[in-house]
Amino acid sequence: MAVVAAELAPPRSSRAADLRSFLLLAVLCLPALVPLAVVLSAVLTPEVEVWSHLLQYVLPEVIANTIVLVVGVSLGAAVLGTLLAWVTSACEFPGRRFFEWALLLPLAMPAYVLAFIAIGYLDYAGPLQSWLREVFGSSRWVPPIRSTGGVIAVLTLSLYPYVYLLARAAFLSQGRRAQEAARSLGMSAARAWWRVVLPMARPWIVAGAALVAMETLADFGAVSVFNYDTLTTTMYRAWFGMFSVNAALELAAVLLVFVLIVFAFERRARAGLRFATTRDLSQQAPRIRLRGARATLATCFAAVVFGLGFFFPVLQLVLWVVERAAMDLDARYFEFVMHSVVLATSAALIISAASLLVAYLERHHGTLMVKLLVRIATSGYAIPGTVLAIGIVVPIIGVNNTLQSWLSAWLGPSAPALLLQGTLITVLLAYFARFLAVGFNPVESGLNRITAAIDEAAVSLGAAGFQLVRRVHVPLLRTSLMTAAILVFVDVMKEMPITLIARPFGWDTLAVRVFEMTSEGEWERAALPALAIVLVGLIPAALLTPRGEHVA
Amino acid sequence: MYSSRNEQLIKPMFDRYTQETGQAIRFVTDDAGPLIERLAAEGKNSPADILLTVDAGQLWQAAERGLLQPIESEIIKTNIPAHLRDPQSRWFGLSVRARTIVYSTERVDPQDLSGYEDLADERWRGRLCLRTSKSVYNQSLVAMMIAAHGEERTEEIVRGWVANLATEPFANDTRLMEAIVAGQCDVGIVNSYYFGRLVRDKPDLPIKLFWATLAGEGVHVNVSGAGVTAAAPRAEAARKFLEWLTEAEAQAMFAGANLEYPANPNVAPDPLVAAWGTFQPSPLNVAQAGELQAAAVRLMDRAGFR
Repeated sequence: MAVVAAELAPPRSSRAADLRSFLLLAVLCLPALVPLAVVLSAVLTPEVEVWSHLLQYVLPEVIANTIVLVVGVSLGAAVLGTLLAWVTSACEFPGRRFFEWALLLPLAMPAYVLAFIAIGYLDYAGPLQSWLREVFGSSRWVPPIRSTGGVIAVLTLSLYPYVYLLARAAFLSQGRRAQEAARSLGMSAARAWWRVVLPMARPWIVAGAALVAMETLADFGAVSVFNYDTLTTTMYRAWFGMFSVNAALELAAVLLVFVLIVFAFERRARAGLRFATTRDLSQQAPRIRLRGARATLATCFAAVVFGLGFFFPVLQLVLWVVERAAMDLDARYFEFVMHSVVLATSAALIISAASLLVAYLERHHGTLMVKLLVRIATSGYAIPGTVLAIGIVVPIIGVNNTLQSWLSAWLGPSAPALLLQGTLITVLLAYFARFLAVGFNPVESGLNRITAAIDEAAVSLGAAGFQLVRRVHVPLLRTSLMTAAILVFVDVMKEMPITLIARPFGWDTLAVRVFEMTSEGEWERAALPALAIVLVGLIPAALLTPRGEHVA
Repeated sequence: MYSSRNEQLIKPMFDRYTQETGQAIRFVTDDAGPLIERLAAEGKNSPADILLTVDAGQLWQAAERGLLQPIESEIIKTNIPAHLRDPQSRWFGLSVRARTIVYSTERVDPQDLSGYEDLADERWRGRLCLRTSKSVYNQSLVAMMIAAHGEERTEEIVRGWVANLATEPFANDTRLMEAIVAGQCDVGIVNSYYFGRLVRDKPDLPIKLFWATLAGEGVHVNVSGAGVTAAAPRAEAARKFLEWLTEAEAQAMFAGANLEYPANPNVAPDPLVAAWGTFQPSPLNVAQAGELQAAAVRLMDRAGFR
């Protein structure tokens, strides 16, 4: 059997080593822990007046909305991502090679852009309904796009790649032998898929769905284009509308309760499913060749998702660029692109390296405290960017002010003015706080695949410690690490609030440019930077896929 | 400078000023909320001299938190009318944003239009489109209505609006106007410059502005404005620059870039804007928009205005 159900019993370590790891982990995760501490400390000074209002008039509906949205989008993305991942990694159908890569691309499309374009096309005043009215006289029977269903559909289309990417890594690395074995035991193909193939990929699917759930919780851009009220929009309303940043932070604390539920669900869905492949990681079984109607169906399915999630939105962006945004293109764009790429690349490298370290510490010193710490450190992904940005920038300003007063006491009036809050270091620290989960989830799932038996075999062959990591684990984890780096890269390319508040004077990126255009509602003019974000985001996506074919 | 007015609307003025005086201006753009938090956290170490926003409420809040200092300037007092200035001189408007009624010329007789309050009347049932109450422009409009009518009467009006809605509130003014053109509804409330942008591209749309009145007195206006920060390291240079921004040349550029109205009444608006006719602005001080904004948000929550 190529596959064993090996319970991963990590090599036990001493208490002192556990404690050391815990401390190391705590220091490593500090930037991610600080904003959460800020959020939680706000609870100590409750905004009673705002809360009594929110509880009476706002929260019941908003919490129900948030639950419906998160469940709908996570389920939608899990189903869509898993089906597409399986069809492109295990089957052969016309266009498979293209779609395998192309289905990743919606990742590069910011959700708020997709939302804006979807409403532009499908709302009452949009071209589709206008045409229907011309032909049939009325379009009142068309279900409204600005609805719960509409926002779930748009977020699903834009977020399913998280599941797709992770599930693909799972399907590609599990080989086809388990399925063959199941079939040799008399299961039908469908049953074997349901009972063997799918459960073996479950840790990856669930890890991807958890990312989707967190991203949905944090989303502000897309839901506000739909005017769909969630906890996130309520935070902004309390902060910008009622001038209570404290109430916004307290709402973020409520949101963390949702994150705990997501984590609990994730744990439950993964419990007892520590299946791992021990051998033949690189050996690919032949693909299932789809024929006739099934092949057509597979091609159409992939084409529809790709068309709606990427092709048509990009086409619209291109049209807008040609129509009116081209005039914005000047030499500065080279600078915007460079700034974006520098930030995204640095963040991708730092966060995937840190994720590897965190995942190892958890694997080898997985005490309850360590596991808890890791969960807490990765929950920042669910907090809306602007709130999280304040949660990290304000403490850094505090540090800056303290340093400044020391410096002034020491050097007197000639002391230089410090401005830590306006440096790239602060930007990167804040990205770390926000995107650690994006790097960590794929790496952790990948590490799950490597059994204790592999470690033991490697150790018995003389590869211990760092050697073990470098010569055995890193090659086995390559897809997972690449996945982590790509997800972080693309997420940073799209990130707005942290970049806005912490960037040095004049250090503008493509996402900042999108903000400049959309802050006064000039969406069409934002097409140029948005398109540039998509194009640059394609580069790492293109790097990933050809390798995915023959790497575990 | 910390600015929530976006780069393309401010940079040309900065460049001009640098050209004229040699004074360089560095700036960061972001939403006003985070900028104000940053300013507050930085305290006396803040590198910022000026806070520029696109809404009076945010300036009011910054002043309330002690983040702005009073500027005694005869030039500013002369150039900017009193109702567009903070009574304690900590900030003032640089351009005027009029929020008024827009209507379909095919289905509405402008004779039928009067004030914002009237849109709550039953005859507009199923004919009204509104932007979301999350928009600060609606928040300040309702705040001013509270200033004029009190909370009880305002809540009645807002409930009337909600009952008259033809469809869910829109995320922005442009979509709202497109819905009127498409026939989904007949009237709405928008900032005049969004209307300007739309008709600049498509002058033949069957849609027009009507200068509405608030409590029978005048059009609701908000401002994009600025103030000198409390800890400004270069307060004097900041004051000079802000004074320059209130003068004719800068005023025309500042408002013209976004089809707004100059705050300085002696400066003519862009010809496209001037073609919509003149209006009487509401005499209420724009500072009240900030003071009553939180109450307005709560009121809209109660009235079910989403």
